[in-house]
Amino acid sequence: MIGRIIPVAIFLALGVLLAVGLKIADRKTEIPSPLIGKPLPEFSLPVLGEPDRIVTNEDLLGTPFLLNVWASWCPTCRVEHPYIEELAESGAIRVVGFNYRDETADAKAWLARFGNPYELSIQDYDGRYAIDLGVYAAPESFLVDADGTIIFKQIGAVTPEVIENEILPRIGR
Amino acid sequence: MQRLFLILFLVLMSPAALAVVEGDKEPLVFESAEQEERYNDLTLELRCLVCQNQNLADSDAPLAQDLRKEIFDMMQAGRSDDEIKTFMVERYGDFVLYRPPMQGNTLALWVLPLVILLVGAIGVFFTVRNRNRKLAALQQEGSN
Repeated sequence: MIGRIIPVAIFLALGVLLAVGLKIADRKTEIPSPLIGKPLPEFSLPVLGEPDRIVTNEDLLGTPFLLNVWASWCPTCRVEHPYIEELAESGAIRVVGFNYRDETADAKAWLARFGNPYELSIQDYDGRYAIDLGVYAAPESFLVDADGTIIFKQIGAVTPEVIENEILPRIGR
Repeated sequence: MQRLFLILFLVLMSPAALAVVEGDKEPLVFESAEQEERYNDLTLELRCLVCQNQNLADSDAPLAQDLRKEIFDMMQAGRSDDEIKTFMVERYGDFVLYRPPMQGNTLALWVLPLVILLVGAIGVFFTVRNRNRKLAALQQEGSN
């Protein structure tokens, strides 16, 4: 009798594992960031469109902001862009752009075409600072609080759900 | 006839020899053979986070190119293998290492396959032994 039950039990257990695995499959490619809770890494980069103006991480501190990694070659960035614009327009939080590995002309054309909700966009032309942020795909967004601590990272597009459930609660709205 | 097909096939395939993968623009110059070996070992052990089942050595993704360059620069600056790996893990997490570290949360990952193998082996052992015993018992009855 026991000999009959064991294979069935194992089968059921595997079935449960499969069900769980299928449920979390979509998120398997997301890599949690080890930077949550750590300060925003130092940087000193030019501003997109104002190459003589250099901005550092210190300059951005003071109030919480969303650092949105975008690029003209990134199709998903176009999908999330309206929501980023809405967020910026609502005044709930400052939005700072991070132009990742992009040609200046292409980036500026993209903003002209789709709208520029950013306070400014820092330009990481060779992607060197993106490595310090652990960026591996665009779009990604970092929620940074007033003293420069990264409190949340969104991998993939920012959607209304993300804004509602992850961003606004964390800044107390 | 077969010869003809073979020759035709080879001629049609020959343009493939010109296919060049767009990758690093210039070949890297290493200070020593030992350095080159270190570089190769490191890029084979670190994961490309874009195509997540490839290592940095194999991947052509722009991020992989950037990270290879970073590894090369860090080596030139005199950093050790451990420092370079720590650098990567600090930014991308443990997942960037193809060989997961031996620590609390990865203990199950390392040990579980061995445990399951052991359990399976024990299971097989008992099943075979029981079967042999039953077989021996039947043979005994048969010869009685």
